[in-house]
Amino acid sequence: MSALLSVAGLTKSFGGVRALDDCGFEVAEGAVGALIGPNGSGKTTAFNVITGYQAADSGSLSFRGRVVRRPDPCRLQRLGLARTFQQPRVFPGLSVLENVVLGRPQHWHALLGRRVPGTDRRRAEALLEEFGLAAHADRPAARLSYGQRRLLEFASVLMADPALILLDEPTAGVNPVMVETMERHIRRRHDEGVTFLIVEHEMRFVMRLCDPVIVLDRGRPIACAAPSDVQNDPRVLDAYLGE
Amino acid sequence: MTALHAESRLRRAGAARAAAFMAVLAVLPFLFNQHWQVNLLVFTVMYAGLASAWNLLGGYAGYPALGHGAFFGLGAYAMAIGAGHLGAGAGYRPFLLVPLIALGTAIVVAPIARVLLRTRAVAFAVLSITVMFMVQTLAYNIRGLTGGSQGLALPIAPFDAATFERPYYFAMAVLLVVTVGVCWVVRTSKLGLALNAVRDDEDRARGLGVQTETVKLLAFVLSAGLTAAFGAVWAYYISYIVPGFAFDPLLSLVAVLMAFLGGRTTLWGPITGAVLVGPAQQYFAYRFGASQLYLIAYAALFLLVIYLLPDGVIPSASRYLDRARTAYRSRATRRDRPDQVPMEPVPPRGGRG
Amino acid sequence: MHLFLQATIAGILIGGVYALLASGQAMIFGVARTVNFAQAIFAILSAYLSYTLFGDLGIDPFLSVLILIPVMFALGYVIYAVLLRPLNKSSAELGLLVLYALAIGIQGVLDFTYQTNIRVIAPAYANYSWTVAGYQIPEVRFFAFLLAVVVLGALHLIRQYTKLGRALRATSQNPVAARLLGVDVDRISAVGMGLGVASAAAAGAAFGMVIPFNGNSQYDLLSKLLSIGVLGGMASMPGTIVAAVILGVVESVVAATISPDWSAFSFLVVLFAVLTVRPQGLFGRQLRGEL
Repeated sequence: MSALLSVAGLTKSFGGVRALDDCGFEVAEGAVGALIGPNGSGKTTAFNVITGYQAADSGSLSFRGRVVRRPDPCRLQRLGLARTFQQPRVFPGLSVLENVVLGRPQHWHALLGRRVPGTDRRRAEALLEEFGLAAHADRPAARLSYGQRRLLEFASVLMADPALILLDEPTAGVNPVMVETMERHIRRRHDEGVTFLIVEHEMRFVMRLCDPVIVLDRGRPIACAAPSDVQNDPRVLDAYLGE
Repeated sequence: MTALHAESRLRRAGAARAAAFMAVLAVLPFLFNQHWQVNLLVFTVMYAGLASAWNLLGGYAGYPALGHGAFFGLGAYAMAIGAGHLGAGAGYRPFLLVPLIALGTAIVVAPIARVLLRTRAVAFAVLSITVMFMVQTLAYNIRGLTGGSQGLALPIAPFDAATFERPYYFAMAVLLVVTVGVCWVVRTSKLGLALNAVRDDEDRARGLGVQTETVKLLAFVLSAGLTAAFGAVWAYYISYIVPGFAFDPLLSLVAVLMAFLGGRTTLWGPITGAVLVGPAQQYFAYRFGASQLYLIAYAALFLLVIYLLPDGVIPSASRYLDRARTAYRSRATRRDRPDQVPMEPVPPRGGRG
Repeated sequence: MHLFLQATIAGILIGGVYALLASGQAMIFGVARTVNFAQAIFAILSAYLSYTLFGDLGIDPFLSVLILIPVMFALGYVIYAVLLRPLNKSSAELGLLVLYALAIGIQGVLDFTYQTNIRVIAPAYANYSWTVAGYQIPEVRFFAFLLAVVVLGALHLIRQYTKLGRALRATSQNPVAARLLGVDVDRISAVGMGLGVASAAAAGAAFGMVIPFNGNSQYDLLSKLLSIGVLGGMASMPGTIVAAVILGVVESVVAATISPDWSAFSFLVVLFAVLTVRPQGLFGRQLRGEL
């Protein structure tokens, strides 16, 4: 299996702090990879840099075999890369249905088309049905609970049929039932061929679901292996428990 | 009730509202036919249009433009120069210039808009005001064209003195209908959806593939062009313009106030705001204009609106109704669709600001 | 050449006063996260008060600053506590509109109280100037510049070397972290605003002697302030000072060599040119400032 996403030499500093230090790893097509590490190890920064929300100081990124010189969220989305955020980001003023429909990429000449065209609506409704949010379709997204927002964010990202989804702490702050729900959805999409890279702190979730597990410590990867191997790697234990 | 059924019912209700609105507009100057009343109508309708036009950029897209006076003034001066060429006794012909002026302003403004739209929120507001001052300075300085601080006079139309204001009123009313029409088209189209997404979370909208640059620019030039159209009619109406009046920082502020008051997320909000504030504002200008107290009145009104009704009259009212409807619907949902994620009680969010 | 240098000197002198006013605005931006649209009218308010103190009580404008600074500090503090703090912090635009509305209201009061006649504060030494190496240096402008330097220096010392200053800097860099570190963010922000308005007080008294003013002058002054802010970076003190001096010089040189009418406009052109290339302004992100 080829590498869907490949980053090398990523470096990013904020003032005096080195968030990413010559960071590099690969995510193979069809994998459900995990990106873990102690607090401050650079996981979210890595996501930000990969998806173009922040510019790296140096390094290279290649997605689907193409080198992406200046990553930019819009362009990467067109290429098939999507992400969610640590704090779920939805559009509070739009309805739940509209939030999902927005995920569908638009051509400029379609701008005068209907706000929610029929085809998009049906697809969005199907997604909402799948995620259990259909009842709230016409409500403003601001009214959703935290867990529902996570689901909504995930659903909207799926609208564009991305090849790779970066999930930033999908189980943070949600109850155990929701954790299972998220896992179920990830597995279902994975079976359909979507690749994932997940930043997580919930170790049992990671161990159940992900392979490979990439461990970051202070901005660089210190391990990249199957979950069982990573669990016993002394360097990983050191990173988490040391200092 | 299926979604489709609900939609067509909404459509019929909307069409009925539009028809009623136009009927009311058509009839008003005949019901209130005293000179001062029609004058008040002219200004109120103008402000309703200005507030609605502003709302395309400030409400739907969430970009707080505070310098729309620039476009208003551009329209006014364009009309003054154009009508001047047409000569005295031009009658209705200057009105034909209005669409040209709107289009011309939109085109001229586009490159400046591109620069401005690279900034956000506060910086954007600041820059928009700066643009207004720039254009005002140009009006003061390019004396050959604009008459400098002396201003420009427009030809007085040979309309019947008894109903002199009426043609201007209808010109404004037509512009208002056009503006509301544009707002409606934008709202119900993908453009509106994209603009709202930009308002809520521009970065994420970009990340989802929304063409933020294009939609923002469209909203900007539409807003500017329409504003200029109102400026053009206004210039012809008052028939003498000076830079201080044509490029009035207060004008932008009042339009913003009206949109805020009425509700920036709705179609009828800005008009409601204008209807509520317009007459009050004219009254203040008339009563207190000489003593400058009207400025205090504006300020007080604005502060009241911001602190008491930040979302506006219409959204607050409709939220109240909505809560009642939701309570009913959620009971129905729990009964019919037990597999759906139950809605957890969420405290209502504060104003989106 | 002589004209050019003369104009540059004049520009630097007035630039210092702009810098003082703009620094106040930058400080307020740091703590309140919004542009103080009322900064210009505060300066004019101060000018009027100084004018009254001079006219009715014979207090020299430079001395009146000693009275005006504490008074307007209190005003700024109260405005923050009463008007800005209750607003939802995430909507900086509301704060902006509130301050804009306040500016208009204050202008209304001033126009009502003083009428719209143009005033200028004219102490006895207003028309004297020194001649140094062939260049004229008006006394009033020089002292205004000195005042600006002194107050800016004091502000700098406070920010860098006192506990209050540390708290101010922390709050403006990261209010959440500051709160976690035990800083009373609300009170510190109010103090920051007070200091910002106090700067306007000092600058206003200085302006009142140099530039004839009335209530409506606020727009012209505001437009300059905003341009300085955008060019220099809204929360960056050093950037603001540099941008202010640049404004002063550009204005002065254009006024002397081309025409006074175009002086303010020319600066706006410079601003736009810079923004086309760097939307964050000259200093936007380099010196630890925001925006």
